Amino acid sequence: MNDITKFSVSDLNLFYGSFQALKNINMDIYKGKITAFIGPSGCGKSTFLKTINRMNDLIEGVTINGTVTLDGVDIYKEMDAISLRTRVGMVFQQPNPFPMSIYDNVAYGPRIHGIRKKSTLDEIVEKSLRQAAIWDEVKDKLKKSAQAISGGQQQRICIARTLAIEPEVILMDEPTSALDPISTLKIEDLASELKKDYTIIIVTHNMQQAGRISDKTAFFLTGEVIEYGDTEQIFNKPSNKKTEDYITGRFG
Amino acid sequence: MNNAGKEKMVTENAAIGNQAVGNQKDYKDLVFRTIFLLCALLSVLSVIAIITFVFTKGLKPFFGENAYSFSDFITGLKWDPGKEVYGIFYMIVGSIIATLGAIMLGVPIGLMTAVFIAEIAPKKMVAIIRPAIELLAGIPSVIYGAFGLGVIVQLIKKVSPTGQGESLLAVICVLTIMILPTIITLSESSLRAVPKSYREASYGLGASKIQTIFKSVVPAARSGILSATVLGIGRALGETMAVMMIAGNNIGGLPGSLWDKIRPLTSNISMEMSYASGRHQDMLFATGVVLFLFILVINLLLIKITSKVGAQGTKN
Ligand SMILES: Nc1ncnc2c1ncn2[C@@H]1O[C@H](COP(=O)(O)OP(=O)(O)OP(=O)(O)O)[C@@H](O)[C@H]1O
Ligand SMILES: [Mg+2]
Repeated sequence: MNDITKFSVSDLNLFYGSFQALKNINMDIYKGKITAFIGPSGCGKSTFLKTINRMNDLIEGVTINGTVTLDGVDIYKEMDAISLRTRVGMVFQQPNPFPMSIYDNVAYGPRIHGIRKKSTLDEIVEKSLRQAAIWDEVKDKLKKSAQAISGGQQQRICIARTLAIEPEVILMDEPTSALDPISTLKIEDLASELKKDYTIIIVTHNMQQAGRISDKTAFFLTGEVIEYGDTEQIFNKPSNKKTEDYITGRFG
Repeated sequence: MNNAGKEKMVTENAAIGNQAVGNQKDYKDLVFRTIFLLCALLSVLSVIAIITFVFTKGLKPFFGENAYSFSDFITGLKWDPGKEVYGIFYMIVGSIIATLGAIMLGVPIGLMTAVFIAEIAPKKMVAIIRPAIELLAGIPSVIYGAFGLGVIVQLIKKVSPTGQGESLLAVICVLTIMILPTIITLSESSLRAVPKSYREASYGLGASKIQTIFKSVVPAARSGILSATVLGIGRALGETMAVMMIAGNNIGGLPGSLWDKIRPLTSNISMEMSYASGRHQDMLFATGVVLFLFILVINLLLIKITSKVGAQGTKN
């Protein structure tokens, strides 16, 4: 296999004050793959995700050591947070559209980055909504509030909003946890589709979901990565007993 | 309502447990309910009494024989009780311009301050700024007037082409300072009420802090900021003592520039009420009616805005 490394994480430790939330993480994340993070609540999955696009910068009292590189460039030392976040988009657990129209939500990122021309914005908005598989549902109500649609639709609007800044990587933190099974399937299909153009990292509590859509899986436990490898291997013949227990539901 | 319900349950339980005590409790309950009701009625009755009084007095000059023309009153540019001339149009204009001026200055300054306190300033600095603002809100308006007269009017006097300090400009300056606490406090709390998730979404799209504040946080707080503005308008329009001391209170003529004197509706009433009688007094009440109508419109606006906020809240 000739996998290209997108992110390379080495000896990463993260502290919230004196509490160590991530312990000595070493991991390579590959381009054009879907990587799933699984593990019990509070084991540091979201924390790790936020380390990768420096959302942790916004929290007071966080100390980070170790290195994270994106295409070989250190994201903490050689890159500013804003350009990093433009390349590494994020979709949150709870759909969080702005209290604005659907159009303005999707156009938010491009506008922030200086695109003013109406026709260009129109194009970006339509393209992103199509990519997020929601264009047909909302094309007649682009001027309506993005908060006046269903949760599943909102989440796809949020995905479209992220796609509109044309990131290279998309981080998804339990994007379907607030959604019904049908919306969940839509978002899963979407992720599999987007994999062609993007590198995707997805946090999920849903084992089937991780099994269905991911190529790689990392199992987290109390701030450590217990096992990381091909999803097939992790789910079928995990090398660590704890991983097996967790996946088969015998955990704890 | 909740409490009343609880109380009722308690009394009912007591009634089942012990008849004698139950009766006593029922009696007590009734007494308290009556007291609460009377307290609540007091403010409602006061409003009704004030409205009735002001309107009957204030509308009297325009009816009956020897009635004063209402259009002369409302469009008149001169106020001269000695000659039975009562025109308040120039006062309405003065009041409105002074209020608009104060809003145009006070809202941006107040909003910037609120953004600074809520989003940017380190905690230690907030610990200094916030008490200062609270103190500003507590200063009696006669002190603002004295400050305006002693400082702002004197400064204006030095630069004004008219050579006088009492002016529209002085009123705008003092009113701006006076509405700041209202604007700042309300805007700040509406900024703080903006969900964290909007900020995260914005940062996640590669927005800077300033972009996040102005493109996502402030727009999300807009209805709160709008009600702050409307309350500020109410405060500025109704302010009496401070403006009376610095407005100049000319007896006629529209203000042509910031250096001109004005005579706000409120000062008109407060300056002359103590010695006026007969028609003159009624005309002061009529001025009060006009002022009251303005305040009423502002209150209706506010109700509309806040009910909209409520609707938004349930949707999130
Ligand atoms: N801002 C914070 N300050 C202090 N501690 C935090 C903070 N955020 C998270 N933690 C702690 O860090 C640990 C990891 O949290 P994290 O949110 O990364 O877990 P998670 O794996 O995403 O859990 P979940 O599956 O419930 O989302 C937890 O023990 C949590 O209490
Ligand atoms: Mg999490």
